[in-house]
Amino acid sequence: MAEVTAVAKLPSNGRSKFLQRFIRHRLALLGGLTLLFLFIACFGAPIFAPFPKNQQDLLLGPVPPSFEHLLGTDDLGRDYLTEILYAGQVSLLLALSVALVSTAIGVLVGVLAGYKGGWVDNLFMRITDLFLVVPAIALLALALQGLGRSPFSIVLVLSLIGWTYIARVVRGQVLSLREREFIEAARVIGANDRQIIWKHVLPNLGGVIAVNVALAVASAIIIESTLSFLGFGVQPPQTSWGNMLSQASGLIGTSKVYLLYFPGLFILIAVLAVNFVGDGLRDALDPRSGSGSMQGRKRK
Amino acid sequence: MFAYAFRRLIYSLPVLVIGSFLLFWSVRTAFDPLAKLRQIRDPEVIIRETQRLGLDQGILVQYWRWLSGFVTGDWGVSSRTSGSVKPMIQSALTVTLELLVWGLLFAFIVAVVLGVWSAVRQYSFSDYALTGISYLGLALPAFWFGLILIQFLAVWPQQLFGWDEPLFFFVGLTSAGEEPTFIDTARHMVLPVLTLTVGLVATWSRFTRASMLDALSSDYVRTARAKGVPRRRVVVSHALRNSWGPLVTVVSIDAALLVGGLLVTEQVFSIPGMGRLFLDSLLAGDAFVLLPWMLITGIAVIVLNLVADIAYGLLDPRVRL
Repeated sequence: MAEVTAVAKLPSNGRSKFLQRFIRHRLALLGGLTLLFLFIACFGAPIFAPFPKNQQDLLLGPVPPSFEHLLGTDDLGRDYLTEILYAGQVSLLLALSVALVSTAIGVLVGVLAGYKGGWVDNLFMRITDLFLVVPAIALLALALQGLGRSPFSIVLVLSLIGWTYIARVVRGQVLSLREREFIEAARVIGANDRQIIWKHVLPNLGGVIAVNVALAVASAIIIESTLSFLGFGVQPPQTSWGNMLSQASGLIGTSKVYLLYFPGLFILIAVLAVNFVGDGLRDALDPRSGSGSMQGRKRK
Repeated sequence: MFAYAFRRLIYSLPVLVIGSFLLFWSVRTAFDPLAKLRQIRDPEVIIRETQRLGLDQGILVQYWRWLSGFVTGDWGVSSRTSGSVKPMIQSALTVTLELLVWGLLFAFIVAVVLGVWSAVRQYSFSDYALTGISYLGLALPAFWFGLILIQFLAVWPQQLFGWDEPLFFFVGLTSAGEEPTFIDTARHMVLPVLTLTVGLVATWSRFTRASMLDALSSDYVRTARAKGVPRRRVVVSHALRNSWGPLVTVVSIDAALLVGGLLVTEQVFSIPGMGRLFLDSLLAGDAFVLLPWMLITGIAVIVLNLVADIAYGLLDPRVRL
């Protein structure tokens, strides 16, 4: 008997569902605050950083974390926390621009394809098919090898390859929106396509777009660091979390291995925070998606 | 079913041809096949080579010549190593396949076990713990995870206990100059496989959990329980049986992702597979290796997607192909 109730209970009772949602939203809040904190710390680095940027102390050299240097110092005796905060400016700004640009492209293409249908839609689906076949990292590396590795071309290339996912999502949403009564009503009273798209379709996509921006920021941070490691990211002397990490990758087994931990931790915390915010947004948008969060999310 | 598979392959041909043309075009504009010769400063040589290789002809003609060479097995000569391209890719592919098979097997089994485990114990402590861990798994850059693994599972214990060699190796897939034994291969395999699969295990186990929860709350599971089928059997042969289909589809969608993972993993662990071959060729601007590389991975991804769709049909009799 006890076992039967156990199975019947599986769809979950009200209290634990509430508990789960509560925890998730607290996580979203926590994520948002963490992110805010990171942004303030990184972009306020001239004020908050314990040392001036690039201040070397060659006599000191690399020392492990201590009270004076919370995260230690690198080979040139530069305070590592300061370096990480300044590098965070590049990483965060880069990720944010990629997210915004790729979302803009994706929404534009997705709305057009979903709303217009026909050959526009067909062409678009074939293009995204193409992108599904080629491994994104390889394509990115190829493009960056050709275009050079300035932050501008990194943003450009990442956006040009990253838009397909949001475009697919938006297209699906628009396809179902198009058939709804309020769109039909708008058409009946004589609204033209432009008015319908701007006044009726786009506002209904707000949630999807917000969620996607969050997820795109997260994947852009990770991809930038991966590209840096492979040699195609932001180039020194400019620093990002990714290339700090890749510069420290040869230090395994030495006494300076602590230099490998911290940039990675910052990436981890930033990505976790953004993901929490994204999941919170998604849940707020569609409470039904509660139990299955994180599915359907893809890293590129 | 064969008709279906055949039709799908025919449909994907245009995608491949157009994709490979775009690739050819971009590689041709980005890299100069005569870059080495330009240092010679003898205009005669450049002109002669341009004519010999047909570089003065239209891009379509050049593409056609390359494609017919590729189909008939003449893949050209690498400008980086001056060796023939075909054996290079073959040997790299063998290495990569070994890594890939173990990785896929490991990721799939672990993901299913974890997913089922946390679905059956929904909202328990272990469910929350696994959710937390999979969040971490998705937020890690894979290469960093690999480096951390090397530090904590190989280097650090070795230094701590003063061993002659680390418990897990982290360079290559075989020890140099020794006959590969099973133990030796396993010790080389553990860390790369973990690095390759960390993201996949996280995603796939979440997916298994979600589709298991769907199945567990469905009417036929309740019926099976009501007529007295043991709980364990309901989970395995009723609920899980129905989750296979969607799971296989997700696995196939991530196929391209897996190739990206190979790039990183092989770079971290110095494994001479397809990922390393790609990076080395790219940095050297070796177009003759890059083109077949892209085409082969493209074909592999398409075939994997097809296999997954067919498997879906076999696993779920309601789906007609």
